[in-house]
Amino acid sequence: MARRPIEPLLWLLFSAGGMLAALLIPILLVLFGLAFPLGWLSPPSHAHLVAVLGHPVVRVGLFLLCTLSLFHWAHRFRYTLYDGLQIKHLNELINPLCYGGAIVGSVAAGYLLWRIP
Amino acid sequence: MNQPPPYRAFHPRWYRPRMSTWWWLKRRSHVAFILRELSSIFVAWFVIFFLLLVAAVSRGEIAYWEFLSWAARPGTLLLNLVSLSFIVFHAVTWFNLTPQALVVRLRGRRVPGPLIAASNYAAWVLLSALVAWLVLGG
Repeated sequence: MARRPIEPLLWLLFSAGGMLAALLIPILLVLFGLAFPLGWLSPPSHAHLVAVLGHPVVRVGLFLLCTLSLFHWAHRFRYTLYDGLQIKHLNELINPLCYGGAIVGSVAAGYLLWRIP
Repeated sequence: MNQPPPYRAFHPRWYRPRMSTWWWLKRRSHVAFILRELSSIFVAWFVIFFLLLVAAVSRGEIAYWEFLSWAARPGTLLLNLVSLSFIVFHAVTWFNLTPQALVVRLRGRRVPGPLIAASNYAAWVLLSALVAWLVLGG
């Protein structure tokens, strides 16, 4: 498995995604997952959020965050199944599901971020 | 591998002990390892959650408020709380591990590990402040 030429690229995506996820997800999840729904902070107005999300730099940054986080998930989850459940014999099914899921999610992220007015 | 392989002269028998699926419960460091591995599921959940937010914002103001009230439901809140704890665990262990994966040399001397970890935490604080400032109205 280690000799496949694509493996180093997958590890690179894994670590880039791990870094971005560690740096950016906690604050975003605190704000949108807890602070706004629970009323600790008043949520930003719709117009303000459109302006922030629509900024080109923010769009590109969020696209990278989504894509690399998904590839981070794909790579790590594949090994979780491999080490945790010892189902290496299902690799031919697991690999397309993990990396395919990451690719589908990345396309969806690109479409949704591109579509913001 | 259901049937034993047919007997062949001079061929040693396979030695393949079965590992329990729960092998990682015996040691605390192994439990931490598996919990860290599981954090990736919550990273993926966050991406889905965030893209739902983006889609709602694109659809308009009413969809945005509907998203916020959906996020305030107990089930969603609980899932996000669990996700946050796993992702913070991922972040802390990731930052602490970076010095072992990344060797930085400055003027021929190796930058000490704690300094690399500290710079990660500094970047974490700065980026979090930047995101909060952008979201909360700059």
